[in-house]
Amino acid sequence: MTNSLTQTATRAVGIDLEEGMDLLRRMILIRRFEERAAQLRASGLIPGFLHPCSGQEAVAVGVCAALGENDVLTSTHRGHGHLIGRGADPARMYAELFARSTGYNAGKGGSLHMIDAELGFLGANGIVGGGIPLATGAALQLKRTGSGAVAVTFFGDGASNEGAFHESLNLAALWKLPVLFVCENNLYGEFTRQNEHMLLENVADRASAYGLPGVVVDGNDVLAVRQVAAEAADRARNGMGPTLIEAKTYRHKGHFEGDMARYRPKEEVESWMKRDPLVLFPNVLRDELGATEESLEALRQEVEERLSRDIEWAKEQEHPSPEDALQHVYVDSYNGRALR
Amino acid sequence: MSKFTFADGIRQAITEEMERDPAVFIIGEDVGASGGVFGVTKGLWERFGSDRLWDSPISEEAIVGAAVGASLVGGRPIAEIMFSDFSMLAMDMIVNQAAKTHYMTGGKLSSPMVVRMVTGTNGSTGAQHSQSLESWFTHVPGLKVLAPSTPEDAKGLMKSAIRDPDPVMFFEHKGLYVGRGGPAGEVVEIDPIPFGSGRIHREGTDVTIVTYLKTREYAMQAAEALAEEGISCEVFDPRTLVPFDYEGLRSSLEKTGRLLVAHEAPARGGFGAEIAAWAAEHCYDVLRSPVQRVGGRNTPVPYAPVLEQFVLPMTNQIAESVRTLLGKPTIQNQNINI
Repeated sequence: MTNSLTQTATRAVGIDLEEGMDLLRRMILIRRFEERAAQLRASGLIPGFLHPCSGQEAVAVGVCAALGENDVLTSTHRGHGHLIGRGADPARMYAELFARSTGYNAGKGGSLHMIDAELGFLGANGIVGGGIPLATGAALQLKRTGSGAVAVTFFGDGASNEGAFHESLNLAALWKLPVLFVCENNLYGEFTRQNEHMLLENVADRASAYGLPGVVVDGNDVLAVRQVAAEAADRARNGMGPTLIEAKTYRHKGHFEGDMARYRPKEEVESWMKRDPLVLFPNVLRDELGATEESLEALRQEVEERLSRDIEWAKEQEHPSPEDALQHVYVDSYNGRALR
Repeated sequence: MSKFTFADGIRQAITEEMERDPAVFIIGEDVGASGGVFGVTKGLWERFGSDRLWDSPISEEAIVGAAVGASLVGGRPIAEIMFSDFSMLAMDMIVNQAAKTHYMTGGKLSSPMVVRMVTGTNGSTGAQHSQSLESWFTHVPGLKVLAPSTPEDAKGLMKSAIRDPDPVMFFEHKGLYVGRGGPAGEVVEIDPIPFGSGRIHREGTDVTIVTYLKTREYAMQAAEALAEEGISCEVFDPRTLVPFDYEGLRSSLEKTGRLLVAHEAPARGGFGAEIAAWAAEHCYDVLRSPVQRVGGRNTPVPYAPVLEQFVLPMTNQIAESVRTLLGKPTIQNQNINI
């Protein structure tokens, strides 16, 4: 049943320069958003955890590029890339990281729980594997209403060991739900290397146990990811059910900001750094679509200026008032006082 | 003998709400053609079909997770956990996901859904099919917790639960399904019952017995017996534990000045502890004696009928606790929880 369509060709298939530059812009935005967030955290402006996705940008951007505006997504603890890939506003993301009341979650969520409901982005998730059943359920409702939309859930190799993953794949396959299970295999479940937490080499092979197709794709190749995601979304929209996509990629940094990741062999890190999607894809744009060095540099500059403005805006936002802690425990009239 | 059973109440509420709102659907194990292990969803499959009843694999986390996910995008799911004992397999979806969605997202998303759970024992159902876990859920901000004790309340509260914008945990005592015989099917008109409105089942002046689910029946029997001894009990069923009708409780205590809380769950950490603590904090001025609790012993629920009846609070223990409250114990008080 497993259909190992390993896509490794870093070739500009089916896009023009403008589309390509747009994909690259989003990937750079993710990378620089997080690098600047790390600095802001070090300077004390961001409380709590950050789990960076540097190195994994091509998965987020590739999958999101294959989706339509009515599709919905769930994410992980490493969710900044997915949000930006979906088109979220970095200014409101920074405001949330700064715990301000105009942040995406009104300062109630932070990095681990960030959402953009208007984009169908149903949330990052603090529980490993927690988003998988939720996307499965969203897909059930999308199917019930004949919406033609699909649900996507991102998760890691570590989450594929959770019961939530196995129960959800079985349910989704059984009911032919329109859902894309997207495993970002970055080789590490927290501090533990994949070969120490599962015997299989490919997470995608787990699909065959539930009777759905499993696809392995080069997760550092944004166009290859986009292609397999588009194929899986087509299948889902045509009533053919879910697909498990395994995107092989690498986490450039540790599990969280501050983790020095000394558990990783130096050679492994170096070899993956050579396959940095932010190196590979500009090469494609330059060599195959004629992007100039100046235009690439201008893109980087544009991202930098945008983020500077976003950070300045976010810094000026109000902090919530302490009593706001009582809001949003319940939807209805109980808001504003703790329900007894 | 009533024709309108507890299961009828729930089924009728679900039927009426499914007819009213196409977003309402059911997901769970054996809820479809087979009609559920206690027959609560019987007939719905024929009436509404497979798009409204999703007969699922035995996968509690996926069942509740699917309900939560569907609720985020416009669905109004009712998830059935066959026995509340199995809710532990779905705790992440209930506690970490559904209960916190509205809060964590700063009010941008919510999870309107109902989790139906069978609770308590109906005699020898054993330690993994008999637990009373309602207090666990009352401890989680973001959840509402319902525990009806009559068919009418079950219907009215289920209608409100389905319409409610928040996740609702709905406990159904298995001893209540079969507690009333007679042919099923008579439709009884019941309006949605607002949460936080308790019901006085029997007026009294000497002591208020707060009780819910199946234990309410034992409390009523105790009150009848005590009336013959000249003791007047008020039996107060809060019906919903979160939110709780504290105003109703306070009014009752102003009349009686004494409080006994009785429930099937183990007394230690049970919801009775919360009620007792609240009364001590807020009603000290009207209390004439220390609050008493009668609950299950702090043991798992045993199988042998003689053991089970020893550890669960029945009519005699409730009556004796009331006598103790009034300073009139007749036998050695057995309400000691180890």
